Amino acid sequence: MQVSMTVNGVAQEADVDPRTLLVHFLREALDLTGTKIGCDTSQCGACTVHLNGKVLKSCTLLAVQADGCEVTTIEGLAEGGEHHPMQTAFWENHGLQCGYCTPGMIMASAAFVRDNPGASEAEIRHYLEGNICRCTGYHNIVKAVKQVADSAAGA
Amino acid sequence: MWPNTFDYARAGSVDEALALIGDEGKFLAGGHSLLPVMKLRLAAPEQLVDIGGIDSLRGISANGGLTIGATTTHAEIADSADVRAICSGLASACGQVGDQAVRNFGTIGGNIAHADPASDPPTVLVACGATINIQGAGGARSVGAEDFFVDLFETDLEDGELITSVSLPDCSDCQCAYVKFPHPASRYAIVGVAVCLKMDGGTCAQADVAVGGATVKAVKCGGAEAALAGSTLDDAAVGAAAEAVKADIADWLAGDIAYPESYRQQMAGVFLRRAIAAATTG
Repeated sequence: MQVSMTVNGVAQEADVDPRTLLVHFLREALDLTGTKIGCDTSQCGACTVHLNGKVLKSCTLLAVQADGCEVTTIEGLAEGGEHHPMQTAFWENHGLQCGYCTPGMIMASAAFVRDNPGASEAEIRHYLEGNICRCTGYHNIVKAVKQVADSAAGA
Repeated sequence: MWPNTFDYARAGSVDEALALIGDEGKFLAGGHSLLPVMKLRLAAPEQLVDIGGIDSLRGISANGGLTIGATTTHAEIADSADVRAICSGLASACGQVGDQAVRNFGTIGGNIAHADPASDPPTVLVACGATINIQGAGGARSVGAEDFFVDLFETDLEDGELITSVSLPDCSDCQCAYVKFPHPASRYAIVGVAVCLKMDGGTCAQADVAVGGATVKAVKCGGAEAALAGSTLDDAAVGAAAEAVKADIADWLAGDIAYPESYRQQMAGVFLRRAIAAATTG
């Protein structure tokens, strides 16, 4: 089935089997392997992308459902060769260890701070319940998100 | 995990969706209940009819009560000023489904068609006396939420029928709450309790109570309701309701190795107390 969508600002068209999940389409058809597959049951958040600006677990949507939509993956977050502030904050605060959850963490956090500038640490921790990290204990991840939330609120 | 193969079609209208569905088809909206079970091979429909693009199935209208289109997402319901004003318990329950990414795409119609006993919205729909509006090839019909949920993952929905909307009475003068004990990993309800209390001065004129999570389906709890109605929600009445609720759900208990039936039954009483406290302290 023919599907067309804009991914990281680039129009894409492909003929896909209807059962192709969006995450497979991104990784295998478009070679955008920054988006990871973790639990594959919409719990862990490793596959988080933005669909029309909203956070989505891309293992739980068919590529054909995203027809006509705008998708942003971790590869599309930086603009003009500059890291997105959330990427910079994860770098500065070392918000990762193995890095597998990191693309999903950054995509979820970037959308959260966009919608909730000035979010508290408690709100950040609650929000990140949909993104699981098995390495860090979350402290540096939360520190990174808080840094961007504070700066977005002008603190 | 890839689901089994299927044919996929997009419907532009309810009539078109009903014409396309066939005997072995399933309707697809957000896909956040259906796709996981297809990936686990617990369902293998031969045909998916995508209803996500049908405008008439989406949106919230306040008309005394509420009418919520089947493909309205949990996030839209949780964030709706109308839902918060008219049925705050439903806004609360939809805001506790999964996580933000799931709430952004999971829909109320898909949620109730799936009828997962550990999901949050059904418990409030049963407590608040919601009506499920259904369209089939033979016409439209409506069924009360209490009768809609039949058993574990089982509803009153016939093959080929489509949920078009959910209607709720005006609960704006009630004190509503939904409180759950979330599973520490999945966030699904180990027990979830919804209360809707109509207060007349300091007296509870009417109490509606439902329990989910602990049970194979959302269960209306008449014993607990009787213990609360007519009381001032004093310790004795709340204590009696917390005991009565255990009997109310006794025939419908669910459990697993980590949280057995007896534990969930006990916790239903605990969480009923918390739900009453949450409702009455706003």
